Amino acid sequence: MGRKAPGFAAVAAFLLSVGACGGGITPTTQTDVGITSNSILLGTTNALSGAAAAYGTIANAENAYFTHVNNNQGGVNGRKITFKILDDGYNPAQTVPLTKQLVEQDQVFAMFSGLGTQTQTSVREYLNSKKVPQLFVATGATTWGKDFNSNQWTLSWQPPYQGEARIYAKDVLANHPNASIGVLYQNDDYGQDYLKGLTDGLGDKASTMIKDKESYDVTAANPFAQLTKLKGAGVDTVFLFSTPKPTIQSLAFITAGLHWEPTIYLNSVSNPQVYMGLAAKSGAALKNVTSVGYIKDPTDPQWAGDEGMKLYKQVIANCSTCNVNDGFNIYGVAVAYTMVDVIKQAGSNLTRANIMKIASSQLNESNPFLLPGIKVTTTSSDHFPIMQEQVITWAGTGWKLQGSLIDERGTIK
Amino acid sequence: MQEFLQLVVSGIATGGIFASLALALVLIYNAMGLVNFAQGEMAMLATFVAYSLVNRGMSFWIAFPVTLVLAFGGGIVIQRVVIKPAERAPVLTLVIITLGLATLVNGLAGFIWGYVPRSFPSPFSPDSVDLAGVFISYRDLGVIAVSGLVLLCVYLLLQHTTVGLTLRAAAHHPEASRLLGVQVSWMLALGWGLASAVGAVSGMMVAPILLLEPNMMQTIIIYAFAAAVLGGIESPLGAVVGGLIVGVTVNLAGSYIPGVGGDLQLAVGLGIIVAVLILRPNGLFGRAAVRRV
Repeated sequence: MGRKAPGFAAVAAFLLSVGACGGGITPTTQTDVGITSNSILLGTTNALSGAAAAYGTIANAENAYFTHVNNNQGGVNGRKITFKILDDGYNPAQTVPLTKQLVEQDQVFAMFSGLGTQTQTSVREYLNSKKVPQLFVATGATTWGKDFNSNQWTLSWQPPYQGEARIYAKDVLANHPNASIGVLYQNDDYGQDYLKGLTDGLGDKASTMIKDKESYDVTAANPFAQLTKLKGAGVDTVFLFSTPKPTIQSLAFITAGLHWEPTIYLNSVSNPQVYMGLAAKSGAALKNVTSVGYIKDPTDPQWAGDEGMKLYKQVIANCSTCNVNDGFNIYGVAVAYTMVDVIKQAGSNLTRANIMKIASSQLNESNPFLLPGIKVTTTSSDHFPIMQEQVITWAGTGWKLQGSLIDERGTIK
Repeated sequence: MQEFLQLVVSGIATGGIFASLALALVLIYNAMGLVNFAQGEMAMLATFVAYSLVNRGMSFWIAFPVTLVLAFGGGIVIQRVVIKPAERAPVLTLVIITLGLATLVNGLAGFIWGYVPRSFPSPFSPDSVDLAGVFISYRDLGVIAVSGLVLLCVYLLLQHTTVGLTLRAAAHHPEASRLLGVQVSWMLALGWGLASAVGAVSGMMVAPILLLEPNMMQTIIIYAFAAAVLGGIESPLGAVVGGLIVGVTVNLAGSYIPGVGGDLQLAVGLGIIVAVLILRPNGLFGRAAVRRV
């Protein structure tokens, strides 16, 4: 220990002199770890490999937006954003050390858009104890908004799964009041979140309308046995609360394997057009398929002349590996837009605490990449940034918007 | 009753998928007396190769044999490069090498083709036959038929050709074979090549049903192990029968045993492995190991 003392003294002296220099310039802005006069360091963990690696492109799309802001606007208030992306393979055992690395070694200002419910839950306590913003996690679990008060450094962005399921409940009650419902759901928080939203949304009709619920495990080869059971139970309306692969398998199996034509409600996680195309190629009829959307679909011709869509196409050109038609990429660009918005609003008070305050209680943003009319909003008592979605139905080659935006703000207690 | 029959039929269909990969596992076991944990990943890689060929405009029926040849060659190369240096090492070393190989191949495929699922062309229609209200798809029938064909080929090769005899001899009695002039090391390589080609057939048959992506075979391989162990790890026929039994059991257990549901399907698969190892270590079709001491 004693041998280290001179070294320590030297470091201390150096720090003191640095401190003295800093004092000499007297910066007018209040800043924090990860901020210099011309840069902001953000970090993320995403699934660039492993089972959920299809989502990995989100991080690259986010980076494309930051690059766009750095190149075309000179950064945010003169500071260029550096975005450090680490691959956790969707595995919490890796998310923890990688997040610690970003916070302690790389000294990021904030974590941004970490992917996955379990992965982000595994670092929530750590980031909150360190008072490092865990902003706009890329998961629709309801807990982020609902449990904000006990985790005030964590916030999500996308609509919560329960809110989405409540919209389906409204749609069923309005359009298929006599439906006999069967639910296929993944047997984890994700699937159960959806199931709870549907049950709550149907209210006292839930017990009579939901005839059968079948769960599947992520490790299963396919959910064919469960769908066979649902058909056997005589339901006429099927809810698929499942991730893309089992969803595509289900859609194909319902048509080709069971010669069955139920009304289908499909969770938004699995509705990107590329997956619908795959399902069609695998034999799915895709008749009577309903889902919800809140982001503009890059493949939808109705946005061809839209300013937001033009901007998206310009932004995504910064990412050589990003497929412009992949719905995950416009998601990434949209959430990065909100992040930049928050940093912009912080202005000269660029501290972690102020960033959290703005993001969690003062957001009131029109995001050019979201459906017209959607407001990204937070208040001191509401921490679900996006709560409006619109029902969409599959029209053979693309999704068709139905009716108007449905607002579920305030329904999740 | 109809639901029960449909569950049995779809169990048989899924079992066909397990069986096709289990055949490759059995083949490699016959060739070198160990299980290859990378078998599923190698099959997936071969399927991606076929996908790329078809995508460049090659017809499926040309891409299919081309892929088999490439997979055969690839299997031999892998054996020469990765396995041969550790040939005389303990079994555990080899098992760890195959595990590492699995991770490597998976990452490589992800790096090249990405992780978004893709549809893979199938020679069979996605539609299904209606047998009095019970449906079975042509693709599933195709998987079972092709597995049967592969089974026949493997059986003929192992039991009725000199190559097959030499292959088995080299695996089980390497020293004696060497004394008789058998190129043991090259026989092992041949076994890897054959298993790789059989795996490629499995990959190309199941990809249209499971969707092609780097993790396609990961859920299958555990069930394929269960199938191979149940059938008796040395027996190709056992692998196919084992696959069908595992497929049906998993389906029925999930539906009719309270508490299993869809949640514990994998546990049922693993339970089968454990139960077989305890009650009948040689599987249904395996021979008891006899050793003179």
